[in-house]
Amino acid sequence: MSKLVVTTIGPASSVQDGGRPGSQRYGLTPSGAIDRLALAAANALVGNEPFAAAVEIGPFGAAFTARGGAVRVGLAGAPRSAEIGGRAIAFNSSATLADGETLTLGFARGGSFSYLAIEHGIEGEPMFGSLAVNARAGLGSPYPRPLQNGDELTTQAASRAAERRIELPAINDAPIRIVFGPQDDEFSGESKKLFLDSEWKISATSDRMGYRLEGPVIKHLDGHNIVSDGTVNGSIQIPGNGQPIVLMPDRGTSGGYPKIATVISADFCRFAQISAGRPFRFKAVTMAEAQAEARKFHELLRSLPDRLRGSEDFGLNIEALRDANVAGQAVSAVDATTWQAAEPASG
Amino acid sequence: MAEPLSPPRLLPSGDSAITVEFSRTIDDAANRRVLALDRIIAAEPIAGITETVPTYRSLLVHYDPVQIGFDALGEQLLAQAAKALPTAAGKRRWRIPVAYGGENGIDLEDVAKALDTTPEDIVARHTAGDYRVAMIGFTPGWSYLSGLEKFLHMPRRKDPRLLTPAGTISIGGIQTGVQCLAGPSGWHLLGRTAVRTYQLHRDPIFLLEPGDAITFTAVDAKTFAEQDRAAEAGEFIAELVTP
Repeated sequence: MSKLVVTTIGPASSVQDGGRPGSQRYGLTPSGAIDRLALAAANALVGNEPFAAAVEIGPFGAAFTARGGAVRVGLAGAPRSAEIGGRAIAFNSSATLADGETLTLGFARGGSFSYLAIEHGIEGEPMFGSLAVNARAGLGSPYPRPLQNGDELTTQAASRAAERRIELPAINDAPIRIVFGPQDDEFSGESKKLFLDSEWKISATSDRMGYRLEGPVIKHLDGHNIVSDGTVNGSIQIPGNGQPIVLMPDRGTSGGYPKIATVISADFCRFAQISAGRPFRFKAVTMAEAQAEARKFHELLRSLPDRLRGSEDFGLNIEALRDANVAGQAVSAVDATTWQAAEPASG
Repeated sequence: MAEPLSPPRLLPSGDSAITVEFSRTIDDAANRRVLALDRIIAAEPIAGITETVPTYRSLLVHYDPVQIGFDALGEQLLAQAAKALPTAAGKRRWRIPVAYGGENGIDLEDVAKALDTTPEDIVARHTAGDYRVAMIGFTPGWSYLSGLEKFLHMPRRKDPRLLTPAGTISIGGIQTGVQCLAGPSGWHLLGRTAVRTYQLHRDPIFLLEPGDAITFTAVDAKTFAEQDRAAEAGEFIAELVTP
């Protein structure tokens, strides 16, 4: 057996997969990767199923050492510097750590979460068909909590497959698309217009339960309490202080604040990767548009294996490295007590 | 003659879920229709639905927009809701032991004072109630019960507690509830039960279903401690009165 030993890890890094839907009726939230597209891309690089368990790495740096044999990994998501034993590794590519070698990853740039998929997957005991960490419910394998230094991820020895890279569509800065509802009638037309016309920033106090937004105060028509009803990934709640909270994979399964709108599923990953402090906007679309985009996104996920390319020239692919390192965002100053950047990226 | 059922509202929750809303308030009749629609969907599945989540007043229906669109699904849900007649309370009835007051229910005295009565009266009233699991939500196994008598209705605490114990039995607003895991709560803590509504490595992991009927029985603190140890070892503490 090969192992990947966690030698350095920041907060907000955990084993995540496609999540465990099916028990929301019992109050068990699905959890799972915050950026499922990046998870699927990392897995495609090492020939895994799209939503196999991988390491979701928060904004801080991390390092992993192979023990007991070689370990092949795929890296995708928020780009960051990566090297194995002094050789630079491009993002959106696979790489192999020889026994004893260490993969060192820098801070996330131009995003928040990166994914480290491991060829042959991570050994663990699935609960409700998933290894995803949900610390509150005591679920997750091999550890029911975020990763810590010294943790070991067991896998099988690396194959001798050629390394690969994956070509993904460029991430754009277009507004995050939403559909209004289910409780947009709790807000005046003016409030809804303010919601759409304003610039928003993600607060440093955000986490996998919810991203808190900073911007103008969105007023309710008639108080901020509703009788609790169900929530989804991307539900945008407006609590009493008028500052929206976008619900994320570790959300409560029900909530008692009015939900003005929902991030469309095709834009959820892109939204989840917006760095703290970086301004963005929302744009309303119709249900028909949202569902057409959902189908396109599904096709993109399906197409990932077709987007794999050979590795001949990218062990030191200068262009890829340049993309990864100077993608337009400077490294944020970070507050060590939260996983998010404390100051806006100065881009 | 039964009155015809008014159709629920279909509210979009993004492109992959529909909220089927029967009422905007906590309403037992609406909750029964929610649970009835939930059962009909389970019995006559609609292709594309991935999961349903019943709440007090609405049914959240998660679906795959690659398989079915909002309009087509909405039409089928309305057709099923028209069939979904309110049914009698759930067939299962659980008796749940509670150690009231003292360190197990630190708000019992204050609740009695606020309602101008004695702690014994609060316990007598709470154990006399016939409750129904209206919904389970927020955290695993957190069961919201309907049927709290009016006398016990009281506003939530001004300052919610950040940490309340696992197994807490509390009241808040017009509801009472069984909280499984330790966590924050703004409700008034009357007591604790050893019953685990969520316990890993037990079959079933989730004990209660929406629609189940519940009554509480008072036990002393010593009995609670014994039951708590037994429950930790995986023994069933809740008594199933009507299987």
